[in-house]
Amino acid sequence: MVPTHYYLILSAILFGLGVVAFVFRRNIITIFMSIELMLNAVNLAFVAFSQAWNRLDGQVFVLFVIVVAAAEAAVGLGIIILIARNRQSLNVERVDLLKL
Amino acid sequence: MSAPLMVFFVLAAMAILGAFSLIIQRHPIHSALSLIVVMIALAGLYLLMGAEFVAAVQIIVYGGAIMVLFVFVIMLLNAGVEERTNFSKLASFAGLPLTIALMGFLAAAVARSADRVQTYQTGTVAPTKALANLLFQDFVYPFELTSFLILIAILGAIVLAQREKI
Repeated sequence: MVPTHYYLILSAILFGLGVVAFVFRRNIITIFMSIELMLNAVNLAFVAFSQAWNRLDGQVFVLFVIVVAAAEAAVGLGIIILIARNRQSLNVERVDLLKL
Repeated sequence: MSAPLMVFFVLAAMAILGAFSLIIQRHPIHSALSLIVVMIALAGLYLLMGAEFVAAVQIIVYGGAIMVLFVFVIMLLNAGVEERTNFSKLASFAGLPLTIALMGFLAAAVARSADRVQTYQTGTVAPTKALANLLFQDFVYPFELTSFLILIAILGAIVLAQREKI
């Protein structure tokens, strides 16, 4: 059987890679995908704890996280289309209207 | 090494390689395909843990709906290879040290809790019926609220992406 902390370590690694992608990439679509990667890492930790304590609440939370991620993807991609239409670019460093 | 452990390591390697590929690839469509690999591997891990319903939802909603939306937008906007710019001075100095610090904190937290979470995954099949009972009895109000959330998200997406005013 697989120990629970193996799943937690994998979850932490995936979350860290998501943060690295979020910080280092400049394409706004890739940044958005790295947010999805971080949400997936958190889901993995939720399911691992749910199985470790033999309670199903964690899996219900995962379903809610997936619903929120779907809504977020719809609105976020709408914003991305708007940015691409107004700025003619997907680079986040060119979206600097509020920068001093 | 037992069979579940071997399956775990194969799927974990798949997920980590997919996440690395997401960072390394410079074309957004390649990053999207890497992310799909990560999601399929995670669905396999959920099956290994016995969370069969979550695994199915992961493949259908994440691998199916959300990633199709991403690929659709990438193709709609004709997103090419990402250009390299260096506008931000702060990011070039502080970005790498802060990221390493965050990963250090995460690793410390996991390492400290590892001896406390010494339970083992039993691998029994989680009853989907029990999940449904929990979802529609104890969590019925949050469940209904998510339908409002999705409705508002639909309206927001339409208002944001329309070209001319109705």
